[in-house]
Amino acid sequence: MRDRITAVRRNVLARHLFLALVGLLVVVVVVESISDYRNTQLASMAYLGIAAGGLTVLTGTNGQLSLGHGALMAIGAYTSALLLPDSDSSLPLSLVILAAVAVTLVVGAAVGLAAARLHGPYLAGATLALAVAVPGIALYFKETLGGEQGLRVVMPDIPVWVLDLAFFVTGQDLSRSRYTAYVGWLTLIVVFVLLANLSAGRTGRRWRAVRDDEVSAELAGIDLGRARVSAFMVSAAAAGAAGAILAFTVKLAAPSAFTLTLSLTLLAAIVLGGLGSLAGALIGAALLTFLPSVVTDVGRSAGLSDIQAAELAPLVYGLVMVAVILLAPAGIVGSLRGAVQRSATTRRTTSPTTTKGTAS
Amino acid sequence: MQQFLNTALSGLTLGMVYAAFALALVLIWRSTRIVNFAQAPMAMLTTFVALVVIDAGHSYWLGFVAALVSGLVLGAVLERVVIRPVEGKAEINAVILTLGLFIVLHGLAAVVFGNRYRSFPAPFGLEGLTVGSTTIALNGFGIFTIVSVLVVMGLLVALFRFTDVGLRMRASAFNSEVARLLGVKVGAMLTLGWALASLVGSLAGLLIAGGSLVHPSYMDSVVVFGFVAAVLGGLDSPLGAVVGGLILGLSLSFVSGYVGSQLVALAALVILMLVLTLKPGGLFAQAAERRV
Amino acid sequence: MTRHIRGGGPLVATLAATLALTACGAGGRDSSDGEAAADTPGVTDDTVTIGGTFPLTGVAAPGYSEIPTGAQAYFDYVNEQGGVHGRQIDYIVKDDGYNPTTTSTVTNELVLKDEVFATVGSLGTPTQASVADYLNDEGVPQMMVSSGSLQWGDDVENRPMTFGWQPDYESEGKIIGQWVAENMPDAKVGLFLQDDDLGEDAEKGVRQYVDDQIVAVERYTSGNTDVAPQVSGLQAKKADLVLAFNTPSYTALSQLVALKTGYKPQWFYANIGSDPALVGSLLERFSEGAVDGDSTALDGVMTTEYIPGVDNPEDPWVQLWQKVWDEHGEDGELTNYRIYGMSQAYAFVQALDAAGEDLTREGLVEAVEEGGTDWDGPQLAPFRYSADSHMGISGMRILELEGGKGKPLTDVLVTDIGDAEITTDDSGSADDAPPENGVPTS
Repeated sequence: MRDRITAVRRNVLARHLFLALVGLLVVVVVVESISDYRNTQLASMAYLGIAAGGLTVLTGTNGQLSLGHGALMAIGAYTSALLLPDSDSSLPLSLVILAAVAVTLVVGAAVGLAAARLHGPYLAGATLALAVAVPGIALYFKETLGGEQGLRVVMPDIPVWVLDLAFFVTGQDLSRSRYTAYVGWLTLIVVFVLLANLSAGRTGRRWRAVRDDEVSAELAGIDLGRARVSAFMVSAAAAGAAGAILAFTVKLAAPSAFTLTLSLTLLAAIVLGGLGSLAGALIGAALLTFLPSVVTDVGRSAGLSDIQAAELAPLVYGLVMVAVILLAPAGIVGSLRGAVQRSATTRRTTSPTTTKGTAS
Repeated sequence: MQQFLNTALSGLTLGMVYAAFALALVLIWRSTRIVNFAQAPMAMLTTFVALVVIDAGHSYWLGFVAALVSGLVLGAVLERVVIRPVEGKAEINAVILTLGLFIVLHGLAAVVFGNRYRSFPAPFGLEGLTVGSTTIALNGFGIFTIVSVLVVMGLLVALFRFTDVGLRMRASAFNSEVARLLGVKVGAMLTLGWALASLVGSLAGLLIAGGSLVHPSYMDSVVVFGFVAAVLGGLDSPLGAVVGGLILGLSLSFVSGYVGSQLVALAALVILMLVLTLKPGGLFAQAAERRV
Repeated sequence: MTRHIRGGGPLVATLAATLALTACGAGGRDSSDGEAAADTPGVTDDTVTIGGTFPLTGVAAPGYSEIPTGAQAYFDYVNEQGGVHGRQIDYIVKDDGYNPTTTSTVTNELVLKDEVFATVGSLGTPTQASVADYLNDEGVPQMMVSSGSLQWGDDVENRPMTFGWQPDYESEGKIIGQWVAENMPDAKVGLFLQDDDLGEDAEKGVRQYVDDQIVAVERYTSGNTDVAPQVSGLQAKKADLVLAFNTPSYTALSQLVALKTGYKPQWFYANIGSDPALVGSLLERFSEGAVDGDSTALDGVMTTEYIPGVDNPEDPWVQLWQKVWDEHGEDGELTNYRIYGMSQAYAFVQALDAAGEDLTREGLVEAVEEGGTDWDGPQLAPFRYSADSHMGISGMRILELEGGKGKPLTDVLVTDIGDAEITTDDSGSADDAPPENGVPTS
């Protein structure tokens, strides 16, 4: 029995690693073939994707709702900024990311401990307060955290071996925005492999058990508090990594970047894509990265003024949120999956609400 | 001494505004088990309706009534059209839906009414009252705010405790199947709950706007603090909403005046965590209730 | 119930799909415009493309979103007159919602996708700080940033492409401080500051002159509309002269709170918060509450001025702006924010003109450094542009508001950051008038 479990586990791990490798190849091909501008967009998509991936594990797999993940990203971003104050600091980016993850993990543990006892709206209220409280800390400790102007992030020079490797593999020089895109997407792949493994394993089963039925989970010997706190910590760690990538991309950690809007945006991403699905988180992140500029451009070419066109983006984005919940409550991935399953077998125990149409 | 008194008084009026907003959230929670994040932009829209009426040369009170009525209608319509499909579904769906509405209504107001500051009149004097030789930071409108929030709270308590309709609303929210078996028109009750809540929300919007400036985002900070106030009190209790609002208003005012206005939100977080650690269901949680 | 995370097939498929999509989107973008003059991005023989980022949505949008509409109207006006050196100005405005993350995204878009020649008038300190290094690295001129922070021009060596436009907050603080020290030496000074670079830089300037007169310093956080605790703090320390460095809505809010608490000091609002027309309109509703209606609400309040505004309809510059707005403006009336945008646009047109027919980014920077101090324009005091400083307008005059209009209390005073002396301006900048056709030519 034990052998079989390890075999399955190894199997799962092997599958995830294989997928990661394929993903990596796709990333290299795409990053190399698109412009610098698209690469900075890709980097933004990477950090939104990482944070959304962490959040979807927390909310989808463990059933805890967090409106405060933007604040956790802020902690990751500020940690990175403090470690990269000028071009003299020769700390490798991988260490910076790890440090950001570690600090956010500690904060996440504290928040998770407090949150573990809370349910539904009470948890939402607490995390909502967290989202608006954290930027204020940066304002209060002006000397260290730079106040409203924030902290500049100075990216170290690209290591020579990376340049060599990039040239060897692709035959062209590595530009800075490509480099950032690579760092972002490599981090995303690593984070997603870890998250996928965790959720597929015993930890993930516990999280789901707690989400589905607390009483039975407790009867089965699962420590509810521990399951909740561990889910929160894992999710916070992902947010910390996302914060670091954000700092690398924007090259600044400032309070006005971590408003409540960011937290709500992440939540929107996971719901749009499909709750509990990493692929969904990625789709949601893609939507949020590309939709606003597309909508604004459409509005402008339709003859709207700059201001009206700018207002159009949030309007459309809100309408999409409402429409997805009303028409495809399982999100884009969930609905697609549902459609595939329905066509594969005629009888399937999907709830009737998810059968209503596909994503827009 | 005067600074202490004035900080306390302005915290008191502010707390009452949070309380009004929290009351609206409590009302919706009691009637549909949904936290309505779109409450703030709904109230903002109705305040703009009042502004349009007042701009057309009508009196403040006509605008006031227009806002309340449009709030009532808006709440009912939204419940029927948008909220109905997610009632009884996963909690997060409703949360996301109201957040989506939040964004839509915001964008709508910015497009229709323009994204700029406008002043909103107050029906009473804005000068502080004079006691002896000193002026205290409480004006006619502040008193109006306090009185109207207390009256609304009283009415809500009466509604839920002493009337048949209140009982039906609670029954519909808790267990719609059983309520339906007992002959309650569940759908109508849910609509009524949203309509009333939206009306109370409009009142909160008018109280915040009165004698101050409005723009499409003017209610945003109230969303957070009003929600925190409601959670602080325990989402089920109108009295809790008012107490939560007062605690929050007073303490935030003192933090802002004596520590630093940057830490206001952090203070709200600390207070909330303290209370929730001791009482996870809020100050006025009913001990018997344990939902899984 | 089937919310298992399967890192499976869909994940990689999505990855591939999105990446492939973005790749397609990128296709064909890189093709150049053909006959670009000397290969300078954003420049062709008959157009020059520039960009700017502003908060068009969100909390910072009210007011600030009007600035680019003013600039756009003036550029349209110039284009109608034939443009600059035969080039039409194409102005691309992007929304950043006052969020530095978004600023960085949309600035990337301006530089890499729209290939702008320069950014012009982009607004905000944290927002523009997030892209200053990037723009300088890429060699894109960051022209005339709409902010009074010192970093727009004080460090030419590290940021050779960055230029300020409006007077910096420190110089304004100095000019106000010196005037108070000389004319109100017995006043107990209270400072009412926005808690960012605005309040910080201004405080530095003010303290150079009235450090020992200051009895109270209160800071409010932008976005927190309850300033009663701060005003009560000033009142408790018995400050009888309040020097306020805040945005216009906070002028209105502080006046309302003062009314409520019965606090009646002499108010001195820095230029950024004193727009009498705007604040007056904000306060006008409260006439029933015994604040006097319309623009007289701020009677007796002191402030400063560095460009003429809507309260001065006889000024030849304001008449030009009115004409431009009537012909090319959107809906709504001319406001001081729009005049701000137009004045800035005017200075940029001067820069374009001075840079000559063969337009390059280096040429633009050089032209501004060489000639910028001598440009006629709406600004009351000359620019400080030189090879050593890229700071904007060098000074202002102090006014007392009366009936919604400013009554000058001083001549135009000019200074610079640090311990530079304050002197009376003798350049005559305040007395010039626009050219007949309203378009600057060298």
